[in-house]
Amino acid sequence: MDAQLVYIGLAAAFGLFMAWGIGANDVANAMATSVGSKALTIKQAILVAAIFEFAGAVLAGGEVTSTIRKGIVDTGPIAGEPQLLIYGMLAALLAAGTWLLIASRNGWPVSTTHSIVGAIVGFAAVGIGVEAVQWGKVGTIVMSWVVSPLTAGFIAYLIYRSVQKLILSQEDPLAKAKRYVPVYIFLAAFTITLVTILKGLKHVGLTISLRDSYILAIAIAVGIAMLGALFISRIEADPKAEKKQHFVTVERVFGILMVVTACGMAFAHGSNDVANAIGPLAAVVSIATTGEIGAKSALPIWVLALGGGGIVVGLATFGRHVIATVGKKITQLTPSRGFAAELAAATTIVIASGTGIPISTTHTLVGAVLGVGMARGIEAIDLRVVARILVSWVVTIPAGAFLAILFFFLFRAVLP
Amino acid sequence: MANMLANIFGSSPVRPLEKHIDLAFRCAKKLRPFVAAVIDKDHERMAEVRGQIETLEHEADNMKKEIRLHMPKSLFMPVPREDLLELLLVQDKIANRTKDVSGVIMGRKMSIPEPIADKFLEFVDSNIDAAKQARKSVRELDELFTAGFRGAEVDLVTDLIEELDQIETKTDEQQTKLRSALFDIEKTLDPIDAIFLYEVIALTGEIADMAERVGRRLELLLSH
Repeated sequence: MDAQLVYIGLAAAFGLFMAWGIGANDVANAMATSVGSKALTIKQAILVAAIFEFAGAVLAGGEVTSTIRKGIVDTGPIAGEPQLLIYGMLAALLAAGTWLLIASRNGWPVSTTHSIVGAIVGFAAVGIGVEAVQWGKVGTIVMSWVVSPLTAGFIAYLIYRSVQKLILSQEDPLAKAKRYVPVYIFLAAFTITLVTILKGLKHVGLTISLRDSYILAIAIAVGIAMLGALFISRIEADPKAEKKQHFVTVERVFGILMVVTACGMAFAHGSNDVANAIGPLAAVVSIATTGEIGAKSALPIWVLALGGGGIVVGLATFGRHVIATVGKKITQLTPSRGFAAELAAATTIVIASGTGIPISTTHTLVGAVLGVGMARGIEAIDLRVVARILVSWVVTIPAGAFLAILFFFLFRAVLP
Repeated sequence: MANMLANIFGSSPVRPLEKHIDLAFRCAKKLRPFVAAVIDKDHERMAEVRGQIETLEHEADNMKKEIRLHMPKSLFMPVPREDLLELLLVQDKIANRTKDVSGVIMGRKMSIPEPIADKFLEFVDSNIDAAKQARKSVRELDELFTAGFRGAEVDLVTDLIEELDQIETKTDEQQTKLRSALFDIEKTLDPIDAIFLYEVIALTGEIADMAERVGRRLELLLSH
């Protein structure tokens, strides 16, 4: 029993560290767009992130957690040696955490998701055997890493083009913005709520029929849109501050919309990325408490809460600083552009979360930003950095794998 | 990794381009007090304004270099990088020509003969107007980028450029009149002085020409 406690304790510590890292670094990318465009202050951003990251993790984080926990490793060959999977999952957590630490020290743009998946595949293939990896599933995941930024980019392109057509290129953009932005608010709230209800809630024990799901999602979205419309109606053009087209005031209208998409983005991020920290932890807890691998134990809610809590603590300690830094650098992402990117990314991520596919939040957001750029929405995108992201995309997987293999053999030699 | 998102944004050339045309215009505007001082034969004031012109031209020049440095080939922008660099180049020439005019007048210790003084001042004013209109047009750049170079904002800028063309046409007419006024009195002047007066008129007129070319460059951006 003592060994069991050691495993759970170690896994919880590593998982918490990982969640803290995600909160300190990754969340900044999700929230900085809102801060950079001045739709939210840093304090508000942290509050929004804390609430919605936690909600996303607990309400909709189950599917991806379950993939990380038992979708990648085929446990058949090691049914008799459950501790192997414990060593492996501990190694994967430590490897991904270490690699992220090294990478952020050096400013390399790496993804949490890529490192944890790379690490799990690494220990399974080398520590247990190549046949222990569910290559089909891994293939799907890797494919999704290509598909998700493309999808987000495509959606962002369409959204931003519609904004240009309906609002920005019109004679009176301000009146048009006041008319159409509530519709966008509805769409944003509806998409995210619906996917959450359809895919996420059953993990918390709630089952709602398809028809009721739609009705509920529409009701919630209409409520949020009406609230948004109320705030928008209070915005008045300041004739002194700008020229004929009132673009400054138009952006303030989009700022309201961006508050909604920022919540959606935080929620989506929580729902997908929390799994990177707690998926392995959940696996360790399940094996250590039941003593076997195949046990059909439900995901304990405290594990999800630990992940969500870790993210919030990371956000509160270091995230503030990172959000401020990133926010300052992305002023080009004005609310009209930022919301398009956020909405596209959040939608893509929430759908992936519902399907249980771990994707990189940041890469998806980068894809969405490029999509807005393709619609001639961004003044300047540095393609060298985009290329660097592509390289780190590829390098991270073997790096995570290598470290995980190292830690796996270490744990197997040292731990009871 | 936190900066992954931040770093994909290159530094936007839009605001710097607007600031640059502002410098160029402020430089051109100094030509009015300078020429007024020349007519008054106020050498102290001439030197003072000439100094200001040089400073502004120098600032514009530095800014031009700075903007170029921040526009590497790897930037992906809604409009071709070459067109923006060309725009920057002609903007800068507004300041250059201003410096040239004041330079020739200072260097040759020239004076402007009484009979053409009023026409000369009017001509200078129109050139400054052209530069001002160029500034007004370039100042719409950020709105153009916001609107994605589409729709109502494009029409607005097209109108501004049309006005700019009209101002330039006006300076051309004034230039012709000024030259013929100079021709009428050229026999009374020192021949070399007369030649350089023609030269200075031509150089001054180039300020409006450059302003007009700013308009042409902007138009090219609109057509993308």
